[in-house]
Amino acid sequence: MNWLTEITLNHYLALSGILFMIGMAGVMIRRSILVIYMCLELMLNAANLALVAFNRFSPAARDYDGQIMVFFIITVAAAEVAVGLALIVSLYRLRQTTNVNDLNSLKF
Amino acid sequence: MNWIVLLPPLIAAVLITLVLHPYKKISVFTSILACTISLGGALALFFSSSNEGLSSFVWAAVPGLKITIGAMGDHLAVLMLLVVTGVGLLIHIFSYGYMEQDPSLSRFYAKLSLFMFSMLGIVLADNLVMMFIFWELVGLSSYLLIGFWFQKPSAAEAAKKAFIVNRIGDFGFMLGILGTWAIFGSIHFTELKEIVATSGVPAGFSSGIVALVAFGLFMGCMGKSAQVPLHVWLPDAMEGPTPVSALIHAATMVAAGVYMLCRVFFILELSVSALDVIMWIGAITSIFAALIALQQSDIKRILAYSTLSQLGYMVMAVGIGATTEAMFHLTTHAFFKALLFLAAGSVIHGLHHEQDIWKMGNLKKYMPVTFWTFLIGTAALTGFPFLSGFFSKESILFAAYHQNIVVFSIGIFTALLTAFYMTRLVVVAFFGKERTHEVHHAHESPLVMTVPLIVLAILSLFGGVIGIDHYIGEHKVAHEAGGFYFVMGLSITCFLAGTAGALFIYLKAKAEPFSLPLLRDKFYSDEIYEACLVKPQQVLAKALSWFDYWVVGGVFVRLTSISAAGAGEILRLLQGGSLQAYVVMFILGVALLCYWFLVRVAL
Amino acid sequence: MEALFFWIFAIGMVGSALAVIFNRNPVACALCLVGTFVFLAALFITLEAFFLAAVQIIVYAGAVMVLFLFIIMLLDIKAEKKKPIPYGKIGLVIILSLIFGFFFNIVLNGLPNGQSILHWGTASTQDAKEIGMILFSKYILPFVVTGVLLLVATLGVVLLSKREV
Repeated sequence: MNWLTEITLNHYLALSGILFMIGMAGVMIRRSILVIYMCLELMLNAANLALVAFNRFSPAARDYDGQIMVFFIITVAAAEVAVGLALIVSLYRLRQTTNVNDLNSLKF
Repeated sequence: MNWIVLLPPLIAAVLITLVLHPYKKISVFTSILACTISLGGALALFFSSSNEGLSSFVWAAVPGLKITIGAMGDHLAVLMLLVVTGVGLLIHIFSYGYMEQDPSLSRFYAKLSLFMFSMLGIVLADNLVMMFIFWELVGLSSYLLIGFWFQKPSAAEAAKKAFIVNRIGDFGFMLGILGTWAIFGSIHFTELKEIVATSGVPAGFSSGIVALVAFGLFMGCMGKSAQVPLHVWLPDAMEGPTPVSALIHAATMVAAGVYMLCRVFFILELSVSALDVIMWIGAITSIFAALIALQQSDIKRILAYSTLSQLGYMVMAVGIGATTEAMFHLTTHAFFKALLFLAAGSVIHGLHHEQDIWKMGNLKKYMPVTFWTFLIGTAALTGFPFLSGFFSKESILFAAYHQNIVVFSIGIFTALLTAFYMTRLVVVAFFGKERTHEVHHAHESPLVMTVPLIVLAILSLFGGVIGIDHYIGEHKVAHEAGGFYFVMGLSITCFLAGTAGALFIYLKAKAEPFSLPLLRDKFYSDEIYEACLVKPQQVLAKALSWFDYWVVGGVFVRLTSISAAGAGEILRLLQGGSLQAYVVMFILGVALLCYWFLVRVAL
Repeated sequence: MEALFFWIFAIGMVGSALAVIFNRNPVACALCLVGTFVFLAALFITLEAFFLAAVQIIVYAGAVMVLFLFIIMLLDIKAEKKKPIPYGKIGLVIILSLIFGFFFNIVLNGLPNGQSILHWGTASTQDAKEIGMILFSKYILPFVVTGVLLLVATLGVVLLSKREV
């Protein structure tokens, strides 16, 4: 029962893993481009959680390297979302569909 | 000195082919001049009676084997040289008249000179390998000359047949040469003779091996001299021009086989079984050919089978051990057979290329010179007493009488048949009444053709008494041995019986009275070969072709290409265009990486 | 206390995430994602990363998701129709999950600090200031480069969304 009352680093990492896998499942299952993109964001956030957890449990004091990394990740993710959504909009204008199965003109 | 004999024909052939081709008369003159120079050289060798003028050079030398191009100057070679160059010169002159209208006259004389060069090479050869080289060259020249009128499909086929059958014999010859070198360690005739004389067969080689080697050497003779079963090319070789038939297939090339046997006789002597085989094959050939000749109606074919039969005599003589008699008969045969062929050529020329004797008749009225020379030739061939052929055939029969009575009987019976069919030929062609209208237009041939005929006729008449046999060597059986007059009487009886029989049957005949299909169709030898050799070879070729297409092509070639294409097809599935499939593959890659770094490295 | 808050926020977050992937309406997906982010921010606070929690809410939930919702409205994406359950895909997902679970297991067992227990009160509450100090001294280069990156992203978006090039 200790694992219920005492929260360790492993708990947070396991949680991060579960979140990552949910995001991965979403990317593989969903058909709409936009929802797939959202699941991508889920995966990013899972990584963020892991980094912050590592930072909190690191032995050194006043060590904010993990949090700085997460800060940058969030920033870059935001920029990426902007550009990605612009691309999706262009794609929608071209193909008139957001179903990912219809976006297959690069096949052999 | 030997180069004066050997090289002029080669130079003539090269000159005519490269330079003189458009100038017909000059080509003819060059070729005849070259032959004359060779004849002069041969005469010089004959009169010099020493070997000083002979030179040789080393063609190839490896440890254990030295091949030279040189010359033998003994009586055997000199006699053969005189025959080849002498008869050759007469035929060169005759051809000018016979082939005058032919547009490819220069080519003919070039090939004729090439043949002379090759033949002289065989005669002069001082070692087996040199002889083999020129042996093959003679085969090539024969191919070129038989197929001279290559536009005729039958001529091209006949040339191919001659070359291929010859080649089979040459294969055996080569094996014999290799065997000789393996056993005795040398290929030079003089060295070999010494080795055999001093030590005989070296230890370690059974008599079976020696017999095989001897038989291998004999196979070369079988191919060149058209013994059974390699006889099938000679009758078809009559597709070539008649002077070619005279020179190559009567006087010289076919005699090369017998000459070679006499050259290597000291090796053949070592194996009694080989000599027996040679004797029997010669006997069988002579009677086989004589039987077929009884039913032929083409003048050249009859003469061809007659040549086969006489060659059988010569080979039989060698098998008995009577090499002197064989060479004697070879020489006289060269005279009268060349005469017969040239006279036949004169007949064909006069009748505008008619060759069927049943379309001739009473030619003696229209072509007297040809008739008389032909008659002399026939008489010599059949053994008219005291002509050249009589003496040589006599000596062979006498030697056979003392060796093996069965072979002797075969020889005697063949002499009877020879007299019969040759008289049949003369009677049907030259006597009787004209059988067709064209005969009335026949005319005698010009001087350039008749003079060689006359010269050869003189040689056929007196060739037996000028001492050829003593020039070569000793008879095997001396005259004093028993039964000499018995054999002579028996052979004269056969001659008379054959001649009388043919006269009686054919003098008044309008068409062939007998019909023996077995003989006329040459004992079906061509058909047998077709069924036994050609058909299986076609089947085998088809099987190999199937194998090549399906197994080699299909399995090895196509399998690799199909597997490459198949791999490509499979890999194509990875590029389906589905984004989510790509994601799955990506994740699988990540999983693989995790596995690599977490599981494997940890272990 | 730590355990209670952790479990509440953890279960909430996982539930929202599952709702994201199982919803048919994209707007509902987006809103569930916002919920996920909020719970995640709460988890950041349990980990005593206060500044980061604020940044998460402001940037992710406030800017990124709003952007998402704008695009959903712009493109007028309808709710997906009911489709049959893709058993193949689900099987694939389960297999991959098991594989990754196996790997996670190995990692978690191998960590040296894995068993250290969470206790509140050890971290500083001034972490915004601390982070700012580090950001502008030690990590000034990434900071400036990120600024340039944002500029480039802005330009890119403007260019990409033009109707005619």
